Amino acid sequence: MNSLHIDSCNLGRRMRVQALQMVHRAKASHIGSALSICDIVAVLYAAVLRIDPNQPTAIKRDRFILSKGHACVAIYAALAETGFFPIEDLLKYGQDHSVLMNHISHRVAGVEFSTGSLGHGLPFGTGKALAAKRSNQDWRTYVLLSDGEMGEGSNWEAMMFAAHHQLDNLVAIIDYNKLQSLTTVDKTLRVEPLADKARAFGWAVQEVDGHDHKALTEMLCAAAWEPGKPSFLIAHTTKGKGVSFMENSVEWHYKTPSADQLAKALEEVKNHA
Amino acid sequence: MRNAFIQELVSLARQHPHIALIVGDLGYSVIEPFAEEFPDRFINAGVAEQNMTGLAAGMASEGYHVFTYSIANFPTFRCAEQIRNDVAYHKLPVTVVAVGGGLAYGALGYSHHAVQDYALMRTLPNMMIAAPGDPMETRACMRYLVDNPGPSYLRLGKAGEPNFHAVPPKVAPGRWLKVREGCGKRAMLSTGASLQIAMDWVSQDEYADRTVYSMPLWSMADKAAQIEALRQHEEVLTLEDHLQDGGFGSWLLEARALVNDLHCLIRPIALSPKVCGTVGSQVTLNRLGGLLL
Repeated sequence: MNSLHIDSCNLGRRMRVQALQMVHRAKASHIGSALSICDIVAVLYAAVLRIDPNQPTAIKRDRFILSKGHACVAIYAALAETGFFPIEDLLKYGQDHSVLMNHISHRVAGVEFSTGSLGHGLPFGTGKALAAKRSNQDWRTYVLLSDGEMGEGSNWEAMMFAAHHQLDNLVAIIDYNKLQSLTTVDKTLRVEPLADKARAFGWAVQEVDGHDHKALTEMLCAAAWEPGKPSFLIAHTTKGKGVSFMENSVEWHYKTPSADQLAKALEEVKNHA
Repeated sequence: MRNAFIQELVSLARQHPHIALIVGDLGYSVIEPFAEEFPDRFINAGVAEQNMTGLAAGMASEGYHVFTYSIANFPTFRCAEQIRNDVAYHKLPVTVVAVGGGLAYGALGYSHHAVQDYALMRTLPNMMIAAPGDPMETRACMRYLVDNPGPSYLRLGKAGEPNFHAVPPKVAPGRWLKVREGCGKRAMLSTGASLQIAMDWVSQDEYADRTVYSMPLWSMADKAAQIEALRQHEEVLTLEDHLQDGGFGSWLLEARALVNDLHCLIRPIALSPKVCGTVGSQVTLNRLGGLLL
């Protein structure tokens, strides 16, 4: 349990507002992917990760790695809203020479690792978890991956390794919105039965509604669920969550909201209870 | 070189508790001394080079200097993107070690021929190439890499290479190490285990006047520093057990092109692509590739 004392629902709402504005201003893509993880990330930053915005590199901090780096606006928004850097810096997202790149960048305060090519976050996080074990430190490593990303063989290599070395200080969270770049995961490269696969690879597995803050908080704070096993949380999500016309739609993997669409989206997000 | 590598690694690990070794299920009868003395800092990642390299980067980000170890192309091309993104871009102290550089595993076929590795590593900003010419240079390079932590690539031959230095020489990036004194302004400059071949060349009358240098450390950042050394020579013959495209001689030619008042002629001697797909002993393939007189 962290000590920032922030309401995760409020944080998630503010993150969605920032994310939509950033993507619109920068004429960027991937807003659907970012909205999909806003609740998971809000819960992590408000209630789970032991972090201090004033000491972003403190040795005892928990490590969070976004492996689906294209959804970075959600993280940049969470970091700004929790005080890692000034909120007005978000205006620089995607601008020339900005450190706020359109795939997550370790040059941003609070970001552990740059990604963008899929299948890199879990092996890297596995190395961090192994380092913590070998040096008897009790901080945890959380890696957030996408469902389509599970097509990368490197993830399965890391899963074998983490189970073999009993890295129960490692938590992988799958943003399971069932859509990937061109169509559904099921039509592209079937990942089911995902829970059975992860169990067969030696991980403790749980499933959760990836937009239910209470359930996410309970589940993530209770990890490791089985001593000696890394934790695999399948978070069932909706791509584009919170904006009705973006939900469950492949086109919002790429499209930039127009001014009118942005206004409509912000109205929906701000009015959400 | 393999033996010098593991002896030096054990010695360095005794002095530096942050040195770790991850192998990709290779190193039988080589890595055991390290594994036995430092079980907490030794990992066999199994046959999974992408994860090996990614997790090495993760450990390096937490204070370790990690050496990843495997044969030829497995720790390099197989996980090239992990080296590019996770290690080099993040400037992490990971030393990728490939044993069997060049055609050392000639009889094992194209999968085991490391003849394009310089080309891969040369294009990565922040990456230091360490290609020692003998066991003494191997030790010197390793000490340099541990004292100057960052992304690096250590290319080893196999075993049984002769020593050309009595003690580990003083190495630095881009520095020409004199191995044999000549009597004119013509030189041979080699990198990696082809130093031995360079010494064979100068035993022939036609090349007997040449000074032989080895360059065991070089990188993208060291080109400009070559100009002064090139000014001291009329002709430099570079030698490498690597294809010419993207190789060491190509690197030196790019350095030469930085200025337009240099009169030094550079002749790159590198492997012909004819070796690709041909099986044979290291000597047979080096001869086929044009490295041997």
